[in-house]
Amino acid sequence: MIELLGVSGTLLLLFAGFGVLIGLLFGFFGMGGSFLVTPALMVMGYETDVAVASGLAFVFATSVIATLKHRDLGQIDYKLGVLMIAGTTAGIEVGKMGLHRLQAMGLADTVVSVIYVALLGGIGVFITYTAVKGDGGGGISHNADADPDADDIPDIAKTIQSYSLPPMITIRGGVSVSLWMILLVAFATGLLSGFLGVGGGFIRMPALFYLIGVPVPIAVGTDLFEIVFSGGIGSFLYAMDGAVDLSIVVPLLAGSAGGARLGAAATSLVDEDEIKVYFGVMLLLGAVAVAIRKIGEFSDIPVLQTVSLVVIIGAAALVAGAVVLSSVKALRTEPAPATSTAD
Amino acid sequence: MFGIEDPTAIVDALQVIGIVLLEAILLYVGYGLLEWVLGPTLVDALRGEQ
Repeated sequence: MIELLGVSGTLLLLFAGFGVLIGLLFGFFGMGGSFLVTPALMVMGYETDVAVASGLAFVFATSVIATLKHRDLGQIDYKLGVLMIAGTTAGIEVGKMGLHRLQAMGLADTVVSVIYVALLGGIGVFITYTAVKGDGGGGISHNADADPDADDIPDIAKTIQSYSLPPMITIRGGVSVSLWMILLVAFATGLLSGFLGVGGGFIRMPALFYLIGVPVPIAVGTDLFEIVFSGGIGSFLYAMDGAVDLSIVVPLLAGSAGGARLGAAATSLVDEDEIKVYFGVMLLLGAVAVAIRKIGEFSDIPVLQTVSLVVIIGAAALVAGAVVLSSVKALRTEPAPATSTAD
Repeated sequence: MFGIEDPTAIVDALQVIGIVLLEAILLYVGYGLLEWVLGPTLVDALRGEQ
């Protein structure tokens, strides 16, 4: 079998295929794709720091590509982005130190796995609940307005904006908010990035909207811009320890960049709410997969590792398949437009 | 954060990040071109018009 980057062609193809799934989900939902990478790598038996570092490097590269698109759409608040970078950088460093300390104590894998199960499960329950309830929460609206009226700002954001702890910063959309609140949100999400190897978008984007009141499209674009730097810095710090594995990142990215284009194209064809319930279930299955793996380790039942891997990849494939099938069905039933919808 | 570090480790780390960044930009341009060239044909094929 052909070997590239020191690993077999089969493994490279597996990563590229998994990347297509991740990219499809990221391109369609705008969140959640990278959240599956680190647990999947851990399930495959990679060391925790390699899984976290490679996941972070993958997030960095994916956000570079997505930011280039959002820049063209004028959906980035650079001032807010720079402030977020400052807070996140400190958070990443603290998170990384915490991970290394836990690793020295032999607890890193267990603690990271437990946090993953709690976060994946919690967000999965929230998204499934809101999708079944049908109020449109738990994800990114594809048709969000960049300049919302006051009614669009969540009540909690209005409360936070009412605390005028100086200095106050004016962000896009004319919203004025305390610098300290921005730094606090940035630090907390940076902590997660450094500790879990995730971009933090799944928590930072809702935090920007719900806690600070940034319009959704600006929150998405600014979040991605910020991830370029936080992901880049985080990857660099881990790369100095030799933890970033290019044989993982290169094929994953090659697949995901293509998948993200397909996912983005699908947003103009498929109603997100139709698919959201699958997405919530996928996150829940991700939590189940990590839990199965830990049980397998504690009980010394090696076959549970394989079961866990099948569950996590199967869950991603299920949702990606639902997106593709719904898109093809929509293409076949809708009349052809005057111009192509392939972006 | 950036205290007294091994210069070789810094160079190696910059190399790794550079490779990832270069791949991302190449993929952005490459897939963009591919979509521009093949996108309409693929959409027509999926619509069953070819």
